[in-house]
Amino acid sequence: MPDPAPFDPSLPWRRARSVALRPEPFGALVYHFGNRKLSFLKSPTLVSVVETLADHPSAEATLVACGVPEAQHPAYVKALADLARSQMIELRESPA
Amino acid sequence: MTAVLPARPLRPAVPAARPTSPTGRLIDQFEYGLDAPICLTWELTYACNLACVHCLSSSGRRDPRELSTAEAERVLDELQRMQVFYVNVGGGEPTVRPDFWHLLDYAIGHDVGVKFSTNGVKLDRARAEQLAATDYVDVQISLDGATAEVNDRVRGAGSFATAVRALENLAEAGMRDFKVSVVVTRENAGQLDEFRALTDRYGAQLRITRLRPSGRGADVWDSLHPTQDQQRELYSWLLAHGDRVLTGDSFFHLSAYGQALPGLNLCGAGRVVCLIDPVGDVYACPFAIHEQFLAGNVRSPGGFQRVWRSSELFAELRSPQTGGACTRCAHFDACRGGCMAAKFFTGLPLDGPDPECVQGYGEAALAARAASTVPPRSSLDHSHTGPVRGQPTLLGMPSIPKAPAKTCDESPLAGLDLR
Repeated sequence: MPDPAPFDPSLPWRRARSVALRPEPFGALVYHFGNRKLSFLKSPTLVSVVETLADHPSAEATLVACGVPEAQHPAYVKALADLARSQMIELRESPA
Repeated sequence: MTAVLPARPLRPAVPAARPTSPTGRLIDQFEYGLDAPICLTWELTYACNLACVHCLSSSGRRDPRELSTAEAERVLDELQRMQVFYVNVGGGEPTVRPDFWHLLDYAIGHDVGVKFSTNGVKLDRARAEQLAATDYVDVQISLDGATAEVNDRVRGAGSFATAVRALENLAEAGMRDFKVSVVVTRENAGQLDEFRALTDRYGAQLRITRLRPSGRGADVWDSLHPTQDQQRELYSWLLAHGDRVLTGDSFFHLSAYGQALPGLNLCGAGRVVCLIDPVGDVYACPFAIHEQFLAGNVRSPGGFQRVWRSSELFAELRSPQTGGACTRCAHFDACRGGCMAAKFFTGLPLDGPDPECVQGYGEAALAARAASTVPPRSSLDHSHTGPVRGQPTLLGMPSIPKAPAKTCDESPLAGLDLR
C-alpha cells in the first residue's frame, strides 16, 4: 500500500467513521473496526482534539479551540500525524 | 493435598495513585489497570475432543454449570456496553459447543469481534467458507509441532492431520490472516523456521506463545519448558523476525536479555487482561485458573463489569510492585519480574524471579525451594477420565490403571512382592 500524503494540519479532519473511542483514566483507547488496529490517546486533551476535529475548519484550529498551548502544538501535530497514518482520523471533504 | 501457597506480595489496601503526566509511558498507565480489559479471554466450554498433555485449563469434560446460550448473550451485551472490542474465545474446544456458531454471529452483531482458538476439528469446507465470508472474525489453529511426529506426541495422534486439513480448508475458502498458534516447547523450539514455512504455505500468520505450568501444563513443565539455550535462541529469533510473528506479548521475560521485545512488557493480569471461564468465573488471567486469582463470577449482581471494576483482587494486582527480590535487580525494568502464573504454579513467591528468568535467578529459586514445597494446583480438573482417541504419547503409552491391591482381592498373592 502506498504511503498516504504527509499529515497536513491546515486541512479539515475528523475521527474516522469506523473508529470508536473508549474513555480511560489516562485518555482513551482507540479502535478501528475495519483494520482492527488499537491505539491510545495519552491525554484527555488529545481526546477532545480528536473528538472535535470535525467541528473546526482545520486541525490547527482544533488545537487552538481545545486550548492546547502554542509550545505543545508540534507534539500534538505529531500525535495526529500518527493517528492519520494508522487511519484513526481521516480527511473530510468540506470544512465545518 | 495441602498446598503451600506462596504469599502474595504485600500491597497497599487503597489503590495507588495513578500518574497523570500526558507524556508518560503507556506501560505506567497500564499498571494501574483500565476501565475495561483490552484483551479478554473467554473459554466457552471445558469440553474437548483432545487431551493435550499441557492443557492450561485441564480441559476434557464439559462442566454441567457452564453458561447457557442466554447467559452467554448477556455477557456479550455487557462487553458491547463496556466497549471491549474483541474477545479471544477458547476452551476446551469452543466449536464443540452446539451454540458456538450462533454466539459467534451474536458477538459480531454486537460490535464484539471474535478471535477463536480451535484444534480444527469442526472446520470443514462449509464452515471455512462461512468464516471467510464473515468480517470481524479471526481464527487461530493450534499446532505444537511443525511435523506430525512432534505435534502428536503432545496433542495426540491424528491432531496434526486435523489441524492441517482445517488450514487447507481455510486457505481454499479464501480466508485471510488466520493464525497458526504454537506453544513453544523444548521439542519444537528448533522448528520455528519450519513453522514459518508452514504458515506461509497457507497464507496464514504465525503466533507463538509461552508454555506455562498451568493446568496439566504443570505435569509436563519440567520436561517441556525450553532450556536456557533455547530461550536465548528464541530471543534472537524474535528480534530478527518479531515484526512478522505474533506473540501475545507472552515472552516479555526474555526482554531481560537486553533489548525489549515488541509489545507490552508487563504482566497484564487483572490490569489489561482477564479470563472468563466456562462457568462464568472471572480469573486474573487465562493461565491463573486457581482460587487465589478468582475475582468473581459474571452471574453475580453487577455482572462482569462489577467484577472488573470493583474486585479486591484486581485492585491489588493494579498496584505497581515495589518490593521483593526482583525490584533490586538491574533488569527489573525490562522484565518486570516475569509471569505471575509461572511463578505461582511452580511454588515460587510472586515478588521473586520467574522460574525461567533469563538471568538464572529462577533456576536458583527453584533449587532453593524447601523440600516440603508442594506447588499449588487448581482444584478444577475437567480432564478426560477414560481413554481418549489419539492419546498423546509424551507420557508413554496409556495403560489400564491397576486397582490398588486389597486383602479381599481374588488372588491370595495380591500385593505380595515376589522378587
